[in-house]
Amino acid sequence: MKRRSFIKTTAVAGAAATVAPAIWSEAKAQARNETLLIVNESPPNSMDIHGVGANRPAYEVSWNIHDRLITYGAKKDANGNDHYDYTKLEPELATDWNVTPTSATFKLRRDAKFHDGTPITAKDVKWSFDRAVTVGGFPTFQMAAGSLQKPEQFVVVDDNTFRVDFLRADKLTMPDIGVPVPVIMNSELCKKNATAADPWAMEWCKNNTASGGAYKIERWQPGQEVVYTRNDDWKNGPLPKVKRVIMRIIPSAGNRRALLERGDADLSFDLPSKDFAELRNSPKLTVVGTPIENAMTYVGMNVNQKPFDNVKVRQAVAYAIPYQQIMDSVMFGQALPLFGGADNKFKGVVWPQKDGYKTDLAKAKALMAEAGYAGGVETTISFDLGFASTNEPLTILVQESLAQIGIKATINKIPGANWRGELLKKNMPMIANSFGGWLNYPEYFFFWCYHGQNAVFNTMGYKNPTMDALIDKARFASGKEYEDAVKGFVDIAFEEVPRVPLFQPLLNVAMQKNVTGYRYWFHRQLDFRQLVKS
Amino acid sequence: MLKLLLSRLATAIPSIVGVVIVTFMLTRLLPGDPAAYFAGLAASPQAIAEIRTKLGLDKSLPEQFVAYIGDLAQGNLGNSLSTGQPVVAEIVTRLPASAELTLVALLLAVVIAIPLGVLAAVKQGTWIDHTCRIVTTAGVSLPVFFTGLLFAYVFYYLLQWAPAPTGRLDVFLSPPTHITGFYLIDSALTGNLEAFWGSLRQLALPAISMAIFSLAPLARMTRGSMLAVLGSDFIRTARASGLSPRTVIFTYAFRNAVLPVITVLGMVFSFLLGANVLVETVFSWPGIGLYAVNALITSDYAPVQGFVLTMAVLYVALNLTIDFVYGLVDPRVRLDA
Amino acid sequence: MLPLLRHARYVLSENPVTGLAFGLFAMFLVAAILGPVLAPYNPMQSNAAMALKPPSAAHWFGTDQLGRDIFSRVLVATRLDLTIAFASVILAFLLGALSGVAAGYFGGWTDRIVGRLADTIMAFPLFVLAMGIVAALGNEVINIVIATAIINFPLYARVARAEANVRRDAGFVEAARLSGNGETRVLLGHILPNIMPIMMVQMSLTMGYAILNAAGLSFIGLGVRPPAAEWGIMVAEGANFIQSGEWWIALFPGLALMLAVFCFNLLGDGLRDIIDPRMRT
Repeated sequence: MKRRSFIKTTAVAGAAATVAPAIWSEAKAQARNETLLIVNESPPNSMDIHGVGANRPAYEVSWNIHDRLITYGAKKDANGNDHYDYTKLEPELATDWNVTPTSATFKLRRDAKFHDGTPITAKDVKWSFDRAVTVGGFPTFQMAAGSLQKPEQFVVVDDNTFRVDFLRADKLTMPDIGVPVPVIMNSELCKKNATAADPWAMEWCKNNTASGGAYKIERWQPGQEVVYTRNDDWKNGPLPKVKRVIMRIIPSAGNRRALLERGDADLSFDLPSKDFAELRNSPKLTVVGTPIENAMTYVGMNVNQKPFDNVKVRQAVAYAIPYQQIMDSVMFGQALPLFGGADNKFKGVVWPQKDGYKTDLAKAKALMAEAGYAGGVETTISFDLGFASTNEPLTILVQESLAQIGIKATINKIPGANWRGELLKKNMPMIANSFGGWLNYPEYFFFWCYHGQNAVFNTMGYKNPTMDALIDKARFASGKEYEDAVKGFVDIAFEEVPRVPLFQPLLNVAMQKNVTGYRYWFHRQLDFRQLVKS
Repeated sequence: MLKLLLSRLATAIPSIVGVVIVTFMLTRLLPGDPAAYFAGLAASPQAIAEIRTKLGLDKSLPEQFVAYIGDLAQGNLGNSLSTGQPVVAEIVTRLPASAELTLVALLLAVVIAIPLGVLAAVKQGTWIDHTCRIVTTAGVSLPVFFTGLLFAYVFYYLLQWAPAPTGRLDVFLSPPTHITGFYLIDSALTGNLEAFWGSLRQLALPAISMAIFSLAPLARMTRGSMLAVLGSDFIRTARASGLSPRTVIFTYAFRNAVLPVITVLGMVFSFLLGANVLVETVFSWPGIGLYAVNALITSDYAPVQGFVLTMAVLYVALNLTIDFVYGLVDPRVRLDA
Repeated sequence: MLPLLRHARYVLSENPVTGLAFGLFAMFLVAAILGPVLAPYNPMQSNAAMALKPPSAAHWFGTDQLGRDIFSRVLVATRLDLTIAFASVILAFLLGALSGVAAGYFGGWTDRIVGRLADTIMAFPLFVLAMGIVAALGNEVINIVIATAIINFPLYARVARAEANVRRDAGFVEAARLSGNGETRVLLGHILPNIMPIMMVQMSLTMGYAILNAAGLSFIGLGVRPPAAEWGIMVAEGANFIQSGEWWIALFPGLALMLAVFCFNLLGDGLRDIIDPRMRT
């Protein structure tokens, strides 16, 4: 039994090795206490949020190493957890501001410095804002969502005063200045590394930082880890408690969970719903779950293709989906249902909200017959492989139910990199997808997902002039007019049901009991500045 | 000897050419549009078209191939979409991780398999022989990702004997000064005991998973070759001359039997390079296997291209080395050629 | 035929392990052919209420995250896995043996081209090549078969070539030529059948590898699509549940996988002993 005895000896040797180094475990223990170790699934692909194709982990880097002019306040949510407050704008680099119908003037903090010691002045703010609206892609598009579109809007009044001129009256302009995109970058440092062909230093900024925020990058090993140290000279807010943060990439979800349970890691977001459901009961860990604002997971149908061009078919699908089974088997209860409401009508100026559909196979079959598809029809249901842990069981359950009303759906897995390309083509008949907006207003969501301008997020290709008029009105109205417009478009969305809302997902985070101060942010990334490790 | 080497090199060149062509075609066939990915969310069709031109993807396939060869000649393997880094830099950083793991696994496998094979040959036909066959065959039948998962669960999570599967080194230890990129060698050379132990502990589980997988071919080859040698004339003479069994086996038989095993090493190495991909996924090992899988799943073609090319070139080089070593060790090969 | 059977019985009695392998093979064949009939539950039927239940009298292997019976799924997966393995081995055989014997028999350019092709394929780490092929051609079962066949092609070609080379000047080949048979007929009608036993040994030895290959590809998400029941994809799904203690989801498909590969490896060894004891390693 050579192999067995060999394994035994190795195991013993391994055990000996774990016991042996008692001499240096003290130094390690000290380092461990001062550092917050986060384990994630996906690495950032850039140090520059304005960079082409910057991914979501890159937003977390940007949020923590850069300042913005303003930030949001905090409140307690329904569960008593710390939550950003989108109605309260608070100072960051800007200490004070004055808003008129045509502009907003910001007074900048005088003693703020970048990480290399250069003072932060208004010209840096202008350079950064100009960059955001000029480089194109997602940053420009996000700035435009708040009517921040032209460099001419950004004016340096003096070294410590900065003004933004409004293009139109848009209630989203001020909130848009607090989102991750309009960061304040060290313009002098960037200009030194710019070239004639690359005036915004895009190449250099991919791997280097020109920042001044609460944390600086100590080390970045692409694909493996990011190590942050606190900027002890940070003036734009209360000094954070955590001195050092290590963000490590661990691709296997099982290993991430094991690390948390063994106490070898401090915090993680990226775990499957089932693990979060179980870890809630663990005495060693705290799990905080926050409903993701302005977000929903849905089944979308292409209204320009048979059979989903027929509203009755879409409604049949809405009645066929096994909602509760999905909530139990796929999400393990880690979501808020968006089905089973009293009716398919507006319930208030809040989004997402419950519609009136529930699982009723008899009704679904009747609707299919009414639509003329009693004999059945074939189609495909596609999903993003990057979110397989949720999407795979979800589509399997949906496929099963649809089969019972005569819709034979083949499951089509699409790799993450291709997903956006496929969405753009707008020719997938049926998809399972999620969308969440940063700015928590119903019209914001509808503008991107239901408006006839046919943005990529309008995955159903839905075009309805009545709906468009209501959305456009809501964006710039207020008071009763606003509420009526929202009521109008929500009612149409539920009746026409081009996408069937399933649930509002929770953003779950698991952390060791000694880690506190977690605050939910709309960008769903971790803000290290509020965290405390005791 | 030199002539042998040169002629082998000459036959390797068409293979490399074939590899370059196949790699190019495979990656161009990968589904998905890198331009759409690069352009990001909500890019307009014009923005995507612009990026496509910038990436050179709108040109015809032959033109792209020429550009590809040109880049290769300059050592440019393109950039990865998901990490944003040049592929060459990433491969150079990550290769030592995979190489160290593979070599340690190979060493482990050799240390177990060869004695096992010798034992089975010496005790041919007995239950030891049968057990050896069953055990090694069982080893190669287990899917390597399954073994890895099981080991991580049992030895880390349940028993706490192994350290957390977070990669090559514990998060709070700093890597040894970079000399070769092999943590074991570097820490030994610089006298960094902490890093040496740390890397060894992290290597244990993944290396054992891979070693189990490669026991069979090595053990079998050793056994077969040993059997052949033990049945040969000169061994019979040695026995007849009254030499002790131990002398016969170790001084005479074993040295001759080991030769064919060297040729099998190349095949085993190729086996292990494939197993690498799966083991690295399970243990978060920052090697090129994991790099390639992630790139493949996301249709990030530049790293896939770079990876396949690097692996193939390495493999060809390895086989040349093995041929060379074999030629050094066995004079008959030299004379024949 | 009878002497062969007697010889086979002799080998089996000498080597009980081979007997075991044949027994296992028979069991797998039965599972593959009769699987869907024998399965106690519908392998695709989900049942949220019964999700993640450990092995019990009602569910011998427990249930998975969607409440499907794992025993039924493992049983039914036998058909898919064996079909993939058989199909790829046969395809590899057709491609490899035909080009191999042609190369060995005719020599010259045929030999060189086949040799170059085999070398190019062998220059890649084989699993990586399979990954690339499936990713490029698309996520279909047929592409797994094609990829596995391609990566096994060099092995068959080499063996066939060596055997054909040896037999090129053999007596029976000369006789066939002299009888007026064209070259192709000699090749297909005389040489190929003569090397079949050796090729069969190769085929059963590579069956195990073909199954592992398909499982490995499914593990990283290339190949079989859900909700199909296939051992590799079931292990991959089960991997997510090991840490939380639901070990049965990954264990049973993994064991089935191991048993199948084990069986084919032993079978190959046993076949080799039956056909040509001198080839024992």
